[in-house]
Amino acid sequence: MSELNIERDHASLAEDFNKDEKRVNWHDKTLWFIREKRDKAAWQIPEWEQLREHASHIKNHVLANLYDYLLEFERKAKENGVIIHWAETPEEHNAIVQSILKKYHVNKIVKSKSMLTEECHLNKFLEQHGIEVVDTDLGERIVQLANEPPSHIVLPCIHWKKEEIGVLFHKHLRTPEGNADPQFLTHAARVHLREHFLTSKVAITGVNFAVAETGEFVVCTNEGNADLGAHLADVHIACMGIEKIIPKRKDLAVFLRLLARSATGQPITTYSSHFRKPRVGQEMHIVLLDNGRSKRLASDDFRNALKCIRCGACFNTCPVYRRSGGHSYHTAIAGPIGSILAPAWDIKKNSDLPFASTLCGSCSNVCPVKIDIHNQLYKWRQEIVRNGYVSTKKKVSMNFMELILSNPLLFTLSGWIGRKILTYLPFIVNNNFNPWYKQREMPIPPKESFRSWYQKNKQH
Amino acid sequence: MTSRDRILQTVKKNQPVYTEGPSEIKHTEPANALEKFKNVLVSIGGAVLEIQSLGEVKQFIEKTFPNVQHIISSVSQLPYTKVLQQSVVSPHDFKHIQIAILEGKFGVAENGAVWLTENAMLDRALPFICENLILIVPAIKIVPTLHEAYYLTDAEQYNFGTFIAGPSKTADIEQSLVLGAHGPKSLTVFLLH
Amino acid sequence: MKIGLFIPCYVDQFYPQVAIATLQLLEKLRLNVHFPLAQTCCGQPMANSGFESLTSGCNLNFINSFEEYDYVVSPSGSCVLHIKDHLHFKGREQESENIKNKIFELTEFLTDVLKIENLSASFPYRVGLHQSCHGQRGLHLSQMSELVAPSFSKTEHLLKKVKGLELVALDRKDECCGFGGTFCVAEEAVSVKMGKDRVADHLIHNAEYITGNDMSCLMHLEGILKRQKSNVQVIHIAEILIAG
Repeated sequence: MSELNIERDHASLAEDFNKDEKRVNWHDKTLWFIREKRDKAAWQIPEWEQLREHASHIKNHVLANLYDYLLEFERKAKENGVIIHWAETPEEHNAIVQSILKKYHVNKIVKSKSMLTEECHLNKFLEQHGIEVVDTDLGERIVQLANEPPSHIVLPCIHWKKEEIGVLFHKHLRTPEGNADPQFLTHAARVHLREHFLTSKVAITGVNFAVAETGEFVVCTNEGNADLGAHLADVHIACMGIEKIIPKRKDLAVFLRLLARSATGQPITTYSSHFRKPRVGQEMHIVLLDNGRSKRLASDDFRNALKCIRCGACFNTCPVYRRSGGHSYHTAIAGPIGSILAPAWDIKKNSDLPFASTLCGSCSNVCPVKIDIHNQLYKWRQEIVRNGYVSTKKKVSMNFMELILSNPLLFTLSGWIGRKILTYLPFIVNNNFNPWYKQREMPIPPKESFRSWYQKNKQH
Repeated sequence: MTSRDRILQTVKKNQPVYTEGPSEIKHTEPANALEKFKNVLVSIGGAVLEIQSLGEVKQFIEKTFPNVQHIISSVSQLPYTKVLQQSVVSPHDFKHIQIAILEGKFGVAENGAVWLTENAMLDRALPFICENLILIVPAIKIVPTLHEAYYLTDAEQYNFGTFIAGPSKTADIEQSLVLGAHGPKSLTVFLLH
Repeated sequence: MKIGLFIPCYVDQFYPQVAIATLQLLEKLRLNVHFPLAQTCCGQPMANSGFESLTSGCNLNFINSFEEYDYVVSPSGSCVLHIKDHLHFKGREQESENIKNKIFELTEFLTDVLKIENLSASFPYRVGLHQSCHGQRGLHLSQMSELVAPSFSKTEHLLKKVKGLELVALDRKDECCGFGGTFCVAEEAVSVKMGKDRVADHLIHNAEYITGNDMSCLMHLEGILKRQKSNVQVIHIAEILIAG
């Protein structure tokens, strides 16, 4: 795919990941274990499927009435004393955050998990402007110390082994060499990050749900890092996409029942904090980001992706993700949902991602808001080809295949040639050597095709 | 035209028509809410005790945390201070708190969570910054699911409220569960009869 | 009842015995089955590669080949799903819709349309069932492990009627094998790893045969088994249902 300007595509990055098969096995099993925990949690709720249906309905309703709900949310949040900002682009989002930090003359902030700030590459931006960003979610802090992006939206360092984290902490947190005990390492991170919580004037958090009815927003964590950051800081900045709105508080019951069970198999996250008004003496900001979401609303094919609540269930169930790792997706949000979000941000750069799937459909089945992820992957493939982000070689072979397969005469008369063509075509396109044969035997072509047997034996 | 107006105009122009009627969810409730609450809370790393009087809380603390100095409580019937010093100037002053005792409004059976709002926290930071958290919840106030929980809190005026389900935890290192990530290392819920 | 036999292009060319078994099975049930010779391919290889725009020739040819039949039956869940989801041709909308409603995957046809209760088949081996995703999640040939819903399996229902057949339990009963059409070469490394893991699940439970509703997945698993020099063989379900 080099002619498509993708530096390294998913297939080639995944090939690297697969060079260490034992590690792939470990990665696959760890994530499958979480999928199994999710199944167990879901089975605790007899009405699980209706709950998904209901959540999907609420999200569809929100998308159809987003204009009114955004206005309602803004009005209510302002009444609550919260300062609202609107950003059309990641650049504008980052500039807004920077301007708030400037006002307070801070050179350090704490930040809890926010996929939206990953989408905006906020860390990099702030660091370029001399502001230290301390990610406070343990997994995020680990990948941050390693100078890597998260490989999973819920489990940012799922690709790291504890021994490697031990080495990393020895280097950065001066823990004893060779100590890889998760309990010990977590405690070391607690001490290290507590210091940052107590010395940061500004805290950034994400937003899981924003309620139009009351102007409040909900942030869910297990570690308590969003709360510690927000409650100890003078300024709390919450960053959210405009699609995070839900109509009423009672809808939270539906989403909070689904979110943690889908994500990790927990009945609920440890903390589900509802922020309505700033603490006395505190300043609270909400930055609402569009970044193409409003445009996507118009698309019957791709609007559905806006229903996502970022639970990560589609990652854990995806047989491709489990065996290729998050970084092979080379985008802020990996996995199946990332593969339908990323092309909307940059179709050219991410034109390989909708093809990093077998279209098995497991993702759509675990999705708590019933996004038809595998159908959207299929539609993105059509969109990508339509826009010409496909190699000439693939185009030529597809046209050739079309010529043969749409022409019964050509297909039938070809006889043994037909078998030869099939040896080289449907499954073997766009390649100089035969990738099928690399690790698999080829099927042995039979003496005759079915149609020729049929003509001899059955046709009267 | 501001970014706000441009975003809103594009949303208005592009939002689809969705005609499906309202959908309601019928949910099943656990047979014994109190038992369910206890079982779930223990399964997520919390401790739960049923008590007849608040005196049992004091006994528990003396037995479980014999050498603890910094205890703070919002429950006036308990012999602990409500504030650290004469005047707390910042939430940072709670950083040495070893045990915080707070009153939860109610518990949720299906997930072991307890709801509390800012006015029962002494300070917003307290339930998160303390090393051990004790929540006292009336035993009759256990609702079956989150649906009832939100019904119950619908008219409530709060500036900040939270569901707390167990001690702070993480499994970010190789999926090994560790209690006490950034917040409390332990959570004990007393169900007061 | 006139039945049109739809044989996927690669089965026609590489696995004629599967097509023959399907034909014989249906004829054994005293059905009037024809194989329209003008048929080629459902168009899925192009469509799944993003070239659905190139499939109108295939679609027209498919409509012309099968519109006259009461039912269209095929030994492939994947190809049937593609037709059901994507068959269309300008000016032939009604015929397309008709075909979508009368096309069935083989086991689905046996259980839902013919509702057969008895099979005089015998296959005294330990068999692992690979549930191909398109048949399972697309056509709902069996319940999906992701859903909180009662379990069923049309394929297992049939296999349980086969004398001597012992169905082995798998650790992951509906994980994708990694074939995925052009995915199997475009994403060679992941595809092969998925296939190896699927094969291992069957081997660890001592399966002697791996069966399924889709020869494409089985071809992929067969390629891996053969490279591993394993004695375990793949066999299409039609071949088992006609055996003995």
